Amino acid sequence: MNIYVCIKQVPDTETKIKLKPDFTWIDTSGIKWVMSPFDEYAVEEALRVKEKNAGSTVIVVSAGPTRVIECIRTALAMGADSGIHIEIPETADNNMTAKALANAMAKKETASVDLVFTGKEAIDDGSAQVSQLLAGFLGLPYVSVVLNVEYGAQSVKCKREIEGGAYEIVETALPAIIATQKGINEPRYATLPNIMKAKKKEIKTYKTSDLGISEGDQKIKFKNFELPPPKQAGKKVSGDPAAQAKELARLLHEEAKVI
Amino acid sequence: MGKILVIAEQRDGKLKKSTFELLGLATQSAPAQSANETYAVLLGDGVSGLTKELEQYGATSIYLIQDASLKFYSAESYTLGVLEAIKQASPDIVLASHSPTGRDFMPKIAASLGVGLASDCTQAQISGVNLKVRRPVYAGKATVEVEFLGQGPRLATIRPNAIGAPKPISAQTAKVIPISIQFTGLNTKVIEIVKGNSARPDVAEAPVVVSGGRSLKSAENFKIIEELADVLGAAVGASRAAVDAGYRAHRDQVGQTGKVVSPVLYIACGISGAIQHLAGMRTSKCIVAINTDPEAPIFQVADYGVIGDLFAVVPLLKEELKKIKEH
Ligand SMILES: Cc1cc2nc3c(=O)[nH]c(=O)nc-3n(C[C@H](O)[C@H](O)[C@H](O)COP(=O)(O)OP(=O)(O)OC[C@H]3O[C@@H](n4cnc5c(N)ncnc54)[C@H](O)[C@@H]3O)c2cc1C
Repeated sequence: MNIYVCIKQVPDTETKIKLKPDFTWIDTSGIKWVMSPFDEYAVEEALRVKEKNAGSTVIVVSAGPTRVIECIRTALAMGADSGIHIEIPETADNNMTAKALANAMAKKETASVDLVFTGKEAIDDGSAQVSQLLAGFLGLPYVSVVLNVEYGAQSVKCKREIEGGAYEIVETALPAIIATQKGINEPRYATLPNIMKAKKKEIKTYKTSDLGISEGDQKIKFKNFELPPPKQAGKKVSGDPAAQAKELARLLHEEAKVI
Repeated sequence: MGKILVIAEQRDGKLKKSTFELLGLATQSAPAQSANETYAVLLGDGVSGLTKELEQYGATSIYLIQDASLKFYSAESYTLGVLEAIKQASPDIVLASHSPTGRDFMPKIAASLGVGLASDCTQAQISGVNLKVRRPVYAGKATVEVEFLGQGPRLATIRPNAIGAPKPISAQTAKVIPISIQFTGLNTKVIEIVKGNSARPDVAEAPVVVSGGRSLKSAENFKIIEELADVLGAAVGASRAAVDAGYRAHRDQVGQTGKVVSPVLYIACGISGAIQHLAGMRTSKCIVAINTDPEAPIFQVADYGVIGDLFAVVPLLKEELKKIKEH
């Protein structure tokens, strides 16, 4: 089985976001980059499938500037077999990214696709589009926000989170794309020997031109970045708990008018 | 004049409030002299009764797609249906809610049409055929404007509660246009919906959210948070520390790796306000923080701060709010 995992490198969640002076993007200097947390579940799930299916291969694909190779190495250290890095500007939109990922997987020289995992969204732009766009480009079905998978020979049954604490049980034919949600598994840590081994694993690099990607594949562009306006200091409600509760209720009702 | 297609969303035969928000956006941002044409598409099984409400909120033409296979939402069948409505309406703008449903199928629509999608928008404005939107990035640590490149309809999903809810508009009659589609040869099938065991609204959709943190100390203690939430018809949220401790399910987690919410009122009880938590709720319209530590970062974003013990304040607050509600 050839299992692909698409991962994205994003700023660590602790990052204080700063903007470029011309507001065209964030200022990336000094940022600590990590694998998007939801992608860790995707990598883990792929490794678990591999462990249950002898002879399987896990191939990690990531699109982005050269720095994303680090992120691919992290996945290789967790146990993935090889990597594909697609050199793409960090301003590439979801459409261009998904098309590049799809075209890399569809290349003759890369293994055929039996199963694809992605995180349910990347925590930087938070668009939650790539798994579905990938499905569009590869002509495969997809299931998003998946909490559990039962694997069959020709199909999988996924538990998909929807609103109000409800779930859908979705059955889909294979090959398919599955976007993982927190809770599906507990991602492993890379051990030191595996980190060493990962250094020797193969990472192929493609340029967008190798993959038939052109400027026209960018369908949206982010501009006019803004930081949220600093909040005015709020009101402190004082007194003993009874007085505080009474005053807060009054403020919410009469001043904020939200009750 | 722009043609706008709103994708109506219903579950269990009830329209979602977010659908009305979208219709409000489509109808109200039009200058009076050049009214937009507002189309809606409604998918489901036995849902024709809902067209009246879509009409009341301003839809002038409603595509009605009914089929037994649409009893449950499925990405594949919705994609087929919505694409057909887009073909018939040839809209300039297509709007859906950034709900678990909208966020699931809209990218597939974008891929099928070869156009861009602005997802999870929190500000939107329509003038003529132009759609101007802003959306949060880095879980709300910044926002951006989205520019659409190239030709074709502009697609957006709008975050529930982020834009105002409209009132029903004047009596007008909408044209209902049934579309029949053969839903065959699908690869995915929803076999079953497992209902949540709570009647409470979802954190991502609720207009009021009451959240608790690690300081609640147990799943049982969340009862006081639930009781306050019930008085307000609110959803119950939680910090990651509370989720990781097993007090609440992950679906209740608010923050960068949970849900990003912007309710009208967010009450944080015993939550310190770590950067990852703030990222998920700082766009809430009114924020209340109840915390024993006056230095807790949550107070920096709170409109109303109560320095105090949540175990004392929350039950009393519940009683006070109950009085106001009953009045
Ligand atoms: C990759 C990553 C992703 C993360 N994603 C998220 C996320 O999505 N959401 C999230 O919430 N966190 C997230 N976190 C965790 C975050 O950093 C914090 O650890 C977490 O938010 C803390 O939760 P807390 O406020 O409940 O606990 P604490 O930080 O321990 O705060 C407890 C607070 O309760 C107060 N308190 C104690 N007793 C009482 C009392 N009796 N009455 C009133 N107040 C009291 C204390 O003063 C304190 O301020 C993430 C972390 C990482 C590394």
